[in-house]
Amino acid sequence: MSTLMSGARMLVECLSREGVDCMFGYPGGVTLPFYDVLYEHHIRHVLVRHEENAAFAAEGYARATGKVGVCCATSGPGATNLTTGLVDAMMDSIPIVALTGQVPTKLIGSDAFQEADTFGITRSCTKHNYLVKRLEDLAQTVHEAFYIAASGRPGPVLVDVTKDVLQGQGHYQPVTAIHLPGYKVFTEGHTGQIRRAAQLIAEAGRPLVYAGGGIVAAGAAAELRELVELTDAPVVNTLMGLGGLPSCHPNFISMPGMHGSYAANMAMTNADLLIALGVRFDDRVTGRLAAFAPHAKVIHVDIDPAEIGKNRAPDVPIVGDVKRVLTRLNKLLAEAKGEDGGEVHAARREWWRQIRAWKEEHPLRAVTSPDEIKPQHLMAEIDRLSAGQAIVASDVGQHQMWAAQLIRFNEPRLFLNSGGLGSMGFGLPAAIGAQFARPDKLVFAIVGDGGFQMSIPELATIASYQLPIKIVVMNNGFLGMVRQWQELFYNNRLSAVTLDSFPDAEKLAGAYGFKGRTIDKPRELAAALEAALKEPGPYLLNVKVSPTECVYPIVPAGAAINEMVLGPPHPVPVPAK
Amino acid sequence: MLQVISVLLENKPGALMRVTGLLSQRGYNIESLTVARTLDPALSCMTIVVDVDPLLRQQVIKQMNRLINVLQAVDLTESPAVVRELVLVRIRTPQESRTAVLKEAEIFGGRVVDSSVEGYAIEVTGDPEKLDEFVGVMRSYGEIDVTRSGALAIALDAKKLRLQPPVPTRSGSHEEMVTEPPVG
Repeated sequence: MSTLMSGARMLVECLSREGVDCMFGYPGGVTLPFYDVLYEHHIRHVLVRHEENAAFAAEGYARATGKVGVCCATSGPGATNLTTGLVDAMMDSIPIVALTGQVPTKLIGSDAFQEADTFGITRSCTKHNYLVKRLEDLAQTVHEAFYIAASGRPGPVLVDVTKDVLQGQGHYQPVTAIHLPGYKVFTEGHTGQIRRAAQLIAEAGRPLVYAGGGIVAAGAAAELRELVELTDAPVVNTLMGLGGLPSCHPNFISMPGMHGSYAANMAMTNADLLIALGVRFDDRVTGRLAAFAPHAKVIHVDIDPAEIGKNRAPDVPIVGDVKRVLTRLNKLLAEAKGEDGGEVHAARREWWRQIRAWKEEHPLRAVTSPDEIKPQHLMAEIDRLSAGQAIVASDVGQHQMWAAQLIRFNEPRLFLNSGGLGSMGFGLPAAIGAQFARPDKLVFAIVGDGGFQMSIPELATIASYQLPIKIVVMNNGFLGMVRQWQELFYNNRLSAVTLDSFPDAEKLAGAYGFKGRTIDKPRELAAALEAALKEPGPYLLNVKVSPTECVYPIVPAGAAINEMVLGPPHPVPVPAK
Repeated sequence: MLQVISVLLENKPGALMRVTGLLSQRGYNIESLTVARTLDPALSCMTIVVDVDPLLRQQVIKQMNRLINVLQAVDLTESPAVVRELVLVRIRTPQESRTAVLKEAEIFGGRVVDSSVEGYAIEVTGDPEKLDEFVGVMRSYGEIDVTRSGALAIALDAKKLRLQPPVPTRSGSHEEMVTEPPVG
């Protein structure tokens, strides 16, 4: 069957068939035909205030649901503004489709108004990208884009559509198949390697599960839990994997890496088997690679063959979908357990005793003070209110690390943060995307005073749609993480890190028509957060915290992860402003 | 040591850029690159000669294989393969050495493709090192201009090519609206 329609209508039809119910964008000259179709369409278009935030919001939507997030921008500056979000999605393997308008085909290359080489610019920012110059390619391309974004190792796909394609009239042919002969997705995992993995797990005395964002992307939380309960192995979840195993699970240690807990990093260093699931041995996790997990054999499961052996050569490489691989691995482990009666050998008991000792020796503690609000105190209060259930979109920096350390996440897709790229400004728009995706959920945007000001225009979006997001600014008056490094590694020469002139939160929120407040006393904290939650609409809570608190533990650059600095070496004077 | 990579890829705009982008993003300089259609006009075959850090070779090949437009990328550096190159040399030579030039060209299996009073245009194919020698010899006879094709390689053992079959979409029917993205 075929129907005559405009390219713009065809594009919207494709989106509708892909199940898109909500998208984030900013219109412009060449996308006018597309927006004209959206005028009377059921797809909800959320008008953000900057294209970069459209990409971040689409990511927030995708991160909170696993569905493909969609963003849209016009040609030229609109498209170039998307790029940070695209790279961000690339680094964290988040499925988004970005639609951009392009100048008419006959003007491409002529330095036309608002022309940019979007296809060229975004080549390295995307899993794949397209330039559509012929109407007959449009539908196939859009469906391919969604397929590529969501399948295999997820990622961003950009479709650049010329204005003449959007304006042209053509016959819409439903797309029945996608043929990408070179797109190799290996999902099943090698049977022999899975058997070897089961063998190594049975033999290990000090096994450790190192689970990452792949568990979340594959929807393998149940399978991970089964593995953990079959083997009683301790688990560390990476920043991207938090919630993969519930934080309340007795086998969960915490996050490993540069700001990981003492117990997690000691467990990594002393394990004799790492069961690495959907992780990429990122430098923030491994520290000095040569000294990382020196005693461990490694089982590495990942859907992307290019991740296997990239940083650490595994003993058992398994290329496959971690959900499917774990299902088969668990079956083998359950069978073996049935045979040997589930006897736990002495080494395992000793391993658990050791891990508990490490946890008690240097726990991640929410320090408090009677005089000032400690950032850790703030996170502990948010944790109390969330109880492992709320969505927390964080920005990038110290607050992100404290949130990761101290807030529990008892499900996947609750902690949304820019892990790989570390894009400041991510938190607020990601919270917007998440709130549209999950209107039923309590959504916190935990942001620093730096990152918040990078996406401050989105307060208008929040106000406009009356999104009940609880914006919590952890305000220390500094670019805290950079300041921390200057303090610890650059003789406390604080260069370009002071953020003064932060706006009055009550007036700022009031200017947008919702409530806001600034607090700086520890005794106000709990009540202020509770009041924010009671508010049916958005709320901006500006929390002034101790200005010079540092995130500990910290693994200095170039150190092994067991060479942590656990606390401040000496009292640090507050520098004169 | 130079690495010889053979890439079978879709003959589509931008496909070349995706492959070379993986090298340029690491700051590797491509020594030579050839690309042309295969028997199947929808596909191209590319030979790249590049100096990649030995520790990163496998990684680079894996990342090429990850590209949607790439059907297969293989490292031919240490596997059985034939590597050949074409050189075109235009030489201006005085009358007295014309015969000698022809003789030398013959030794290298060269073919005269143009002859004029000023000199010759000669084509030679062969091993890239052999062509270096030929160019050196020609230079000793007079003023030359040289264009080289870059290395072309073919594997001598068949590499198993795994292709992804077409995947049906759930978006194909009007009746059934898709609520979730297709998962591959």
